[in-house]
Amino acid sequence: MTLAELLTAPEPYRPAVTAEFPALDGGGLEAAAAHASRLAPYVDAVNATDNPAAHAHASNVAVAVALYRLGLEPVLQVACRDKNRLAVQADIVGAALHGVTNVCCMTGDDTTAGDEPEAQRVFDLDGPQAVRTAAVLAGGRYLSGRPLSPAPPLFIGAVENPGAPPFEERAKRALKKVRAGARFLQLQICYRPERISAFCERAEAEGVTPAAALLPTVALVKGARALRYMDAKVPGISVPQEVVERVENASDEREASYQVSLELARNALAQPGVRGLHITDFRHDDTLGRLCSDLGLPTMRTAQGEDAMAV
Amino acid sequence: MATLLATIEHAVKKPVWDCRMCGQCVLHSTGFTCPMTCPKSLRNGPCGGVREDGACEVDPTMTCVWVKAYGRARRLPPPLRDGVDELRAPVDVRLQGTSSWANLATGRDRRRPEGWEAAERAAASGAAPPAAVGPAEDAQDAEGVPN
Repeated sequence: MTLAELLTAPEPYRPAVTAEFPALDGGGLEAAAAHASRLAPYVDAVNATDNPAAHAHASNVAVAVALYRLGLEPVLQVACRDKNRLAVQADIVGAALHGVTNVCCMTGDDTTAGDEPEAQRVFDLDGPQAVRTAAVLAGGRYLSGRPLSPAPPLFIGAVENPGAPPFEERAKRALKKVRAGARFLQLQICYRPERISAFCERAEAEGVTPAAALLPTVALVKGARALRYMDAKVPGISVPQEVVERVENASDEREASYQVSLELARNALAQPGVRGLHITDFRHDDTLGRLCSDLGLPTMRTAQGEDAMAV
Repeated sequence: MATLLATIEHAVKKPVWDCRMCGQCVLHSTGFTCPMTCPKSLRNGPCGGVREDGACEVDPTMTCVWVKAYGRARRLPPPLRDGVDELRAPVDVRLQGTSSWANLATGRDRRRPEGWEAAERAAASGAAPPAAVGPAEDAQDAEGVPN
């Protein structure tokens, strides 16, 4: 079952799981395959990131195509920081040429968040405009109106951050993206369950759901240091002091941080309009499998047309 | 004449709104907060990097332009209040430095790329956006978007 089928079925069949694919730099396709085989049993789709945190890596399109060929279903992340509208359209159409039809559009971190803060920031489009641009492509045109035939059958998504101000406006902003054409929303990592709940309730009231499927993000981290880092260094993420202390003061930090993630995941899945989870795995171990198992989610995926994952 | 108008407009709007002369003014739909003063020049709301205290991701010494914009817009009467939720089209960079007053009078500031316009018309007519796969769409409808 494709991600689009899972997230748009009138009655949810089961929660979907998407995950951030680790950024790749070298090591050839073997490096991609190693990560793919670790994630494959647990995920319905994986995000091919677009220079995450404003650091250059192997490109979103190159990684998405590799994932597709490895039998995983990729989600092409499209950030607006590094490319103008011509390049954004070329990436989406180019990836679709290879069979990559899931697109997740976002504004993107600023260049100053990365290791090349001297770079020109682009932001020729913003997140909602990128969503609309993808929708225009899916409708069989480029932005200019020039025909694009056949139209790429895109499944378009976006992101939203329920954990950042202005809290009471985030659902309205999400609605703008839905009106622009988004059918799923991956939500930013949020360590404050009450903010997720409030956002999902507003999203339902505004009509964001069920038009779009919500996928809150849960991070899998090693311990308190990672939580502290996120709180201090990642704009838009705030980790409550009591959560940091709970993990820090535990006899087993890894176990304690897992329990925090598990509780957040359970809370997220119980919210209205939530049709799955997005996972950011900073542990790169067997925790993702444990999480899926503890949540009662499948721990074995089969690739289309094959009996089991080929990787 | 056009240059003179742009000079006057800049002289009026720069001190009040820190106007950047994008030539396609949307102050009326942003609670009279200039979105071009956002370091990312976002015209459709805040990015996800707004700090816990409402400060900007890029420049923590300033309040997020969109935190201010929403706050101000919501206190205005209906037509000015709700415009903040409109989807604003990408900036036409050719208008940079020209007078938005002149562009408003001629309608130049409302000209959009044809693909964008078609999607707008489809949305306005109540049809599903020409997005592809999803519950609120039908691929056949998308192909019927008028030129």
